[in-house]
Amino acid sequence: MKDEITGFPRPRQGPAAISLAHGAGGKLSARLIEEYLLPRFANQHLKRLEDQATLAISTGRIAFSTDSYVVAPIFFPGGDIGELAVNGTVNDIAMAGARPLYLSLALIIEEGLPFTDLERILDSVQKAARQAGVAIVTGDTKVVERGSCDKIFINTSGIGILAEDICLGAEQIRAGDKIIVSGSLADHGMTILTSRHRLALENSLQSDTAPLADLVQTMLAAAPNLHALRDPTRGGVAMTLNEFAGQSKLGMVLHEESLPIHDTVRSACEILGIDPLYVANEGKLLAMVPAAEADALLRAMRDHPQGREAAIIGEVSTQHAGLVTMITALGASRVVDMPVADQLPRIC
Amino acid sequence: MKYLADFRDPGLARALLAEITASVTRPWTLMEVCGGQTHAIVRSGIDQLLPASLKLVHGPGCPVCVTPIAYIDKAVELADQPEVIILTFGDMLRVPGSNGNLLDAKARGADVRMVYSVLEAVELASQRPDRQIVFFGVGFETTAPGNAMAILQARRLGLANFTILACHVLVPPALRALLTSPTNRVNGYLAAGHVCTVMGLADYQEIVDQFQVPIVATGLEPVDILAGILAAVQQLEKGEYRLENAYQRSVTTTGNSHAREVIDQVFMVCDRIWRGIGFLPASGLAIRPEFAAFDAEQHFRLRATAEPDNGCQAGQVLQGLLVPSRCPHFGGRCKPEHPLGATMVSSEGACAAYYRYQGVVATNEG
Repeated sequence: MKDEITGFPRPRQGPAAISLAHGAGGKLSARLIEEYLLPRFANQHLKRLEDQATLAISTGRIAFSTDSYVVAPIFFPGGDIGELAVNGTVNDIAMAGARPLYLSLALIIEEGLPFTDLERILDSVQKAARQAGVAIVTGDTKVVERGSCDKIFINTSGIGILAEDICLGAEQIRAGDKIIVSGSLADHGMTILTSRHRLALENSLQSDTAPLADLVQTMLAAAPNLHALRDPTRGGVAMTLNEFAGQSKLGMVLHEESLPIHDTVRSACEILGIDPLYVANEGKLLAMVPAAEADALLRAMRDHPQGREAAIIGEVSTQHAGLVTMITALGASRVVDMPVADQLPRIC
Repeated sequence: MKYLADFRDPGLARALLAEITASVTRPWTLMEVCGGQTHAIVRSGIDQLLPASLKLVHGPGCPVCVTPIAYIDKAVELADQPEVIILTFGDMLRVPGSNGNLLDAKARGADVRMVYSVLEAVELASQRPDRQIVFFGVGFETTAPGNAMAILQARRLGLANFTILACHVLVPPALRALLTSPTNRVNGYLAAGHVCTVMGLADYQEIVDQFQVPIVATGLEPVDILAGILAAVQQLEKGEYRLENAYQRSVTTTGNSHAREVIDQVFMVCDRIWRGIGFLPASGLAIRPEFAAFDAEQHFRLRATAEPDNGCQAGQVLQGLLVPSRCPHFGGRCKPEHPLGATMVSSEGACAAYYRYQGVVATNEG
């Protein structure tokens, strides 16, 4: 059924796919917002439909972060681009020790995206936002010509608040700190890779995409002197630890035998010749903590659903400053260099 | 995977290391032929744990590394043709040719895709009859059966838009070349277990008999490699030279006869230039004339080009004559992000292995 004014098909009744008119700022754009977006994300800020959201700020400081999501495929085992877009920005904010509160949601949609796919993605955004306790308070939708983007790209920016006395960062890292990872490595990247190449491995892999803000609050309570947090997404644990090593001018020493890696992920990495240390994670964090608080922190993390497989994987040293090294299972030592390029493009 | 874990067991590895250390009474130099073995050695740190008088040198068994620049150039030339989609393994995308690599071509607008299996290329060819699908297939005897199967499958499907730019090389001729070189100082060889799994051991028996050196078919996990080293050392200490199979869970004397038949059906032995090493007669595989329709070089009438020289010392490295970190360009003009040669790029390349796992520490401490 065609719209009486634009002549274009209506979203609900007729067409199965997004058209350029849905991004043209006219009636179809308005309907897209009213029928697809508002019902899912309605809150006092978004409902006003102003050009911006105005938010009251309590005392303390603001953590602010932005990220764009271009993952292919947009649906993958364990998640989709919508869930990733919420959790990714929520986690970036949480790594400051902040409580994420508000997100913006900007969609760049390729014409021809089936409405069923859009609905599935928006349902995921809604579910993930609810789980993470954040409200979507402002947004934007653009539709581009076929070939100008790959199905859908999403940008989210987010705001969180944190107390004055929380100060996490690479500059806080000290020699003797323990390196803790909140769970198994490389689940997300290997899931994307195997689903992109449709490799039928014996056990299905699942992305680990998850919000970490609540885990971080638990960690701050258990280890008040926590030094630094970062989520090892692109470039994996190797990339994040190399950043820490470079910024702190200290050496990061890993123990190969302590790394938590699921057998299915390890198998997939073996078959494809990929080092799990360099593979992206989406629901994991690395914590740098004074040795005196490490055991208490580890216990607290393991009691939390997002930290059940947390493990101490190494420590900070004054030796080999600026480098990441690893004690291998055989007892030798080798460098874990910064990755040159992504092993796999467009994983998030 | 639990099965594989046994071959990484630190306890087993330490026991083998102790036995190797107890066996060695004189200096020996062993070559691990396969680049996968090189990476496993450096990654697990086996080279740091061996007795000082036992040296490992790295062999020519990295297919990406020995693929001539001329073939990279041919792949780039094909990629730049608008009707072509070129597919290859990830490592090949970054290997420098004389005028950029395949990623540069992709940035210019060429349709270049990374795949994990040649069968993805066959599938794409059947889905996209409007495009020419070229698979850039390199490798030793291990990847040849897959590429042969792909050609047979393409013929069965009647595909007129699927070709392979094939640059296959063979291990035994390279070993013979190393053994006849006057600069050779290798006392024993760890043959590449995966190649032996496909081809069997007959070729290696001939080399052992002719050159009177120990050759041990060796796997790619740390415990496999240490078992291979121990077997080679024990022969050398006793003054013996035998062909030995230290990878019996995978290698049989006759190899995989079905894979060999498929290779013979589609490929024939040809002369090849090896990057960094030079011309080796009867050292490669070319697509047989009856399958010319699936041979990208014939289909697109590609011209032969000469091998340029950019100062890369990979030939010395691939022959075990130069340790990567001693190369004048190592870590300076030549790094993984701007490599002079393929040995700095490939996940099996010796220079990349050194740079990634050792080089920086060595440089830092030195």
